[in-house]
Amino acid sequence: MIKHLLSMKQLSPDDVTHVLDTANSFREVGTRVIKKVPALRGRSVVNLFYENSTRTRISFELAAKRLSADVINFSATGTSVSKGESLKDTALTLQAMGADAIVIRHPSSGAPNALTRWVTGSVINAGDGTHEHPTQGLLDLYTMRERFGHIEGLRVAIVGDVLHSRVARSLTFGLSTMGAEVTLVGPPTLIPPDAPSWGASVSYDVDDMLPKLDVCYVLRVQTERQRRQFFPSVREYSRLFGLSRARVAVLPEEAMIMHPGPMNRGVEIASEVADLPRAVMEEQVTNGIAIRMSLLYLMMTDG
Amino acid sequence: MEEAEIARATTRIAHQILEKNSGAAGLVFVGIAARGDHLAYRLAREIERIEGTEVPVGVLDITFYRDDIGLRSEAPELHETRIGFDISGRTVVLVDDVLYTGRTIRAAMDALVDFGRPDVIQLAVLVDRGHRELPIRADYVGKNVPTRKDEIVRVALKEVDGEDAVIMEEPA
Amino acid sequence: MADGFLLRGGRLIDPAAERDEQVDVLIRDGVVVSIETAGGSAAGDAEAIDCDGLVVAPGFVDLHTHLREPGGEDRETVASGTRAAALGGYTAVSAMANTEPVADNAAVIQEVLALAAAAGSCDVYPVGAITKGLAGESLTEMGEMASNGVRVFSDDGNCVSNPRLMRMAMEYSRAFDVVLAQHAQEPALTEDWQMHEGPTSWLLGLAGAPSEAEEMIVSRDLMLARLTGARIHMCHLSSKGSVEMVRGAKSRGIRVTAEVTPHHLTFTDADLADYDTNFKVNPPLRSEPDREALIEGLVDGTIDAVATDHAPHAAQDKDKEFDQAPPGMLGLETALGAVLALVHAGRLSMPRAVEALSTSPARILRTTEHGGPVQAGAAANLTVFDPNAEWVVEPPFASVSSNSAFIGRALKGRVVHTFLRGVPTVFGGKAVR
Repeated sequence: MIKHLLSMKQLSPDDVTHVLDTANSFREVGTRVIKKVPALRGRSVVNLFYENSTRTRISFELAAKRLSADVINFSATGTSVSKGESLKDTALTLQAMGADAIVIRHPSSGAPNALTRWVTGSVINAGDGTHEHPTQGLLDLYTMRERFGHIEGLRVAIVGDVLHSRVARSLTFGLSTMGAEVTLVGPPTLIPPDAPSWGASVSYDVDDMLPKLDVCYVLRVQTERQRRQFFPSVREYSRLFGLSRARVAVLPEEAMIMHPGPMNRGVEIASEVADLPRAVMEEQVTNGIAIRMSLLYLMMTDG
Repeated sequence: MEEAEIARATTRIAHQILEKNSGAAGLVFVGIAARGDHLAYRLAREIERIEGTEVPVGVLDITFYRDDIGLRSEAPELHETRIGFDISGRTVVLVDDVLYTGRTIRAAMDALVDFGRPDVIQLAVLVDRGHRELPIRADYVGKNVPTRKDEIVRVALKEVDGEDAVIMEEPA
Repeated sequence: MADGFLLRGGRLIDPAAERDEQVDVLIRDGVVVSIETAGGSAAGDAEAIDCDGLVVAPGFVDLHTHLREPGGEDRETVASGTRAAALGGYTAVSAMANTEPVADNAAVIQEVLALAAAAGSCDVYPVGAITKGLAGESLTEMGEMASNGVRVFSDDGNCVSNPRLMRMAMEYSRAFDVVLAQHAQEPALTEDWQMHEGPTSWLLGLAGAPSEAEEMIVSRDLMLARLTGARIHMCHLSSKGSVEMVRGAKSRGIRVTAEVTPHHLTFTDADLADYDTNFKVNPPLRSEPDREALIEGLVDGTIDAVATDHAPHAAQDKDKEFDQAPPGMLGLETALGAVLALVHAGRLSMPRAVEALSTSPARILRTTEHGGPVQAGAAANLTVFDPNAEWVVEPPFASVSSNSAFIGRALKGRVVHTFLRGVPTVFGGKAVR
């Protein structure tokens, strides 16, 4: 397994399969009474979170702890970081403390890449700016494989602000690697013109896509973007792209609805739709722990 | 060891287990993946044939409990763990194909202890090849096979390898 | 004690005199004394320097350097910057006005001139700002600065984005024989920009500056130059569209000149894949077709000069997250090597390379002291370089800073000696001052 996980593009189809297969074993550990194995005993994992994200941080923390690793949480507020310590100096401090792996979430694209220049441990990208979120992509692939038994040939639409979404990039690259059919859907201002080189088609009409989908993956739309005039109003966005009850009725019966969270209920997804059984956001979260255990285990034991 | 020998040894061990434990009450088998589990199923079938009692069988993958994680050049293959019953208060017979240094059994016991508190743990192996590095011994042995440390001993089973055999190989 | 130098047997390339031949050049008392066919001169009292296999050229002239002094001495000083320039073969540099305080008045200009004279490594032609404080609102006292020797005015770092103000500046400048140098970048299209907008920026999740943001201003200022009859100089062109527009404007008689940096001739946005901040520059490195167009523009003369845009930054400022790091890279010590890469690849002729590094920029600067012609009586501002010397770029540099994208790169071509008014500033590859 690779030493640093910065981008989904680093993983070959075999690598992805290996991570997903290993996650099966860790999902079983999660069903035991003692949800713990000693595999990473004595190793230390640092959660270096420069962005507030309780959900992802807890997921990594649980994953590391269930592997018996020591976990250190380093969040950006109330520490030397808020006093202006540079990322480099923080990294060198962690290095001096002997961190075996550093999980980093940061608002700047490329921050994990910079980190690899200053530390000898493994670096895992937990979301950098608008670049990538590879562990989210992997847990989404796992969720799809669990439901459908395979990823190749699945018809997936990723709907929303693709341009600013690190989740969309990682997922598109992962789906493309595994041979799924990906379509990016949204207003032209929020879809990169170069999408075909990512292995995806583009559509500005979500209604056209819905009847032919296995997975409808909905992205969070930040109202901030409306202020920057990427779309004229939240009302129009919801009307044209929001996953409403009426739109869900057009989806094939077996199709799955996914969302990386947190959701803007009423904007990109109707509140009642978010609570449907086929909206599997909770499964995504559960699978997240198994996938992160799988990655930590494989990366830190050279699996 | 050949197919007939293996079958006879299996039958003998099944009898020995019943004798030592005065029957099949409270007995469970936990086979160590990836061949110990098939041997465990065979033992359970034998016991059912002899006593008419169904003994539960579980599968245990010990990869996460190994003491050489990250030290081997090739990562070990992961298999499924499935223990669908409570092991607390039971007599657990651990089953493996080859007993060598004893480290696999040490890992298996650590794993078992995370699943519950057995009354007794016993060990059944098809082949004991010596060279123990830990104070571990088998209660039931199919055959003692003296070996050199550098020799390789493999067990082939019909369920996995298409044939039943114990194969000795010279080092590569 | 030797009296002067005899540069023996070098290949003198002097585009201003249309000369390219093997000669002996005698320099004494600050001037060129004589030029004779190679082998024909006796050294006499002069120190003989064997220039066999070397090129002798008029000292290079950089139209675009950031010396950072006053105000930014932690990144560069006039002394260190001019030393770096001399090592790069330069005998004159234009120092951009975005210092602290901004060079928008005669006092700052005089200070920079004094610092350069004290350092003695290279002549400095300070650039005056077009607008006060580079704020883009009101014009500076160009007349006073011009009488202090300023020949180029620029808000570089910033774009003069208000068209009315740019028009006024152009018309006003016609009273003095000066040129306005524009940093073409439409601010409204380049908010939060980090790199060239294109497939790489979408992949890396970095906000981009499209080529059109530069082209819009280039196009606008060409029209204003036509309207006002002023001289306009385009700084650091980076896109194919810009080159095409300048080519068309020149063919229609508009008084435009243009420059390109060595790094835009060498690198593209693909080089940013690992988020190395040394490749973050303004204007950004663009696509391969853009780079191709810049090379062609240099070859056919659409782009007159190579100008380094030498932009030192402190290590702690560049060693950061990509979007936190300031744009800019060093250029003075690697310019020759980068340009010669094109010569060695057969894209550019050696005389055209020398013209782009020396003759043309000197002409734009309106100086007769530099850029040739190398002839009896002319100031002995010369550089001697080995076009085949192979070296790998590594710090430390003469520059105070080390932010160069060329680190680790093998270059072929290096300065051996540089003479400023007959006095060596670099001798045997080492700075004298």
